[in-house]
Amino acid sequence: MYAIIAGAGKVGRNLARELISKDHEVTLIESFRPRYLTLEEEFEHAVQYGDATELWVLERAGIQRADLVIAVTGDDEDNILVCQVAKEKYLCDRIIARVNNPRNHDHFRLLGIQPAVSATDLILRLIEHEVPRYGLVHLLALEEERLEIIELEVASDAPTLGMKVSDIELPEGSLIISVLRGGTGFVPKADTVIEAGDEVLLVLDQGLEEAITGFFAPNGHPASI
Amino acid sequence: MFVLIVGAGRVGSAVAKSALAAGHEVSVLDADPLSHERLDAGQSESWEDAKGQFTVGTALETDALIQAGIERADVFIASTAGDNTNLVIAQIAQKRFGVQKAIVRVMDPARADWYGEQGLHTISPTKHAIEGFERALAPDGE
Repeated sequence: MYAIIAGAGKVGRNLARELISKDHEVTLIESFRPRYLTLEEEFEHAVQYGDATELWVLERAGIQRADLVIAVTGDDEDNILVCQVAKEKYLCDRIIARVNNPRNHDHFRLLGIQPAVSATDLILRLIEHEVPRYGLVHLLALEEERLEIIELEVASDAPTLGMKVSDIELPEGSLIISVLRGGTGFVPKADTVIEAGDEVLLVLDQGLEEAITGFFAPNGHPASI
Repeated sequence: MFVLIVGAGRVGSAVAKSALAAGHEVSVLDADPLSHERLDAGQSESWEDAKGQFTVGTALETDALIQAGIERADVFIASTAGDNTNLVIAQIAQKRFGVQKAIVRVMDPARADWYGEQGLHTISPTKHAIEGFERALAPDGE
């Protein structure tokens, strides 16, 4: 694969290193001369000096034969320009753009620059995953075994309310292991009836949380509200 | 006509003043509050007294564009110092806000040509300068 990377900051140069180590052909384009000169010692012919939003600079880098163009400069307008030109003028199949200011994400979308990656958005998504909606608590994640144990408070509008455990058809890869009610926990039997306010402990395959949440806390809020 | 001009440098402020004098409604958006002085320079009354609008904000902020009146603009002029900024905001004006006419200052002739083919009205001062020099260099009568 041949990849052109616009912008040789931390993101650009580390992407270049990774791709080169996986035997891909890479050209890094950097417009800040002192940075270019430093990088030239390491990357040699794989780094070029110039403004990647200039068409002749992209052509010199061989954009006509590029399989992938990655725009990771610190300037959102420049990243949009590089990707737009790569996609629409040089008909490059794959583009990836970096979004520096998450408020600009809409502009990338509007102009068809996808995928557009924002570090802020990525971290936010991770935080949401780590601190999920109220009602669901991760008790234990067994990364290697790809299993996790979660606790859910049964909401007053849960579809499983009043059902016997044996009648609840949970997705494959999930199992109720315990119910906490009025401060005490017990292992449910087949005829245990789920009540609002119960805290249900489940073991499940990774990635099932969302589906399981729908059974016990469909709107993500607990029974007490 | 309602004309929204983003970037009140030499070009933007001069075009703003002449458009206002020609009887158009003119709104100017610039990130630098001091750029307002260019709108007053050489005029007998202040920009606001002459019924001009001025908003401080950056062009990529949707809120600033709306505050400057982009939703009812007939013409959008992108004349900031950055070619790429101008090209991006002019496309936002067209595609998000449906502005009929977007005129963009693009210093780089190559980008001006290509985006011109894509439906933007581009003006390249560099191209005019090159042509001017070429004319001045040419022997008389050729």
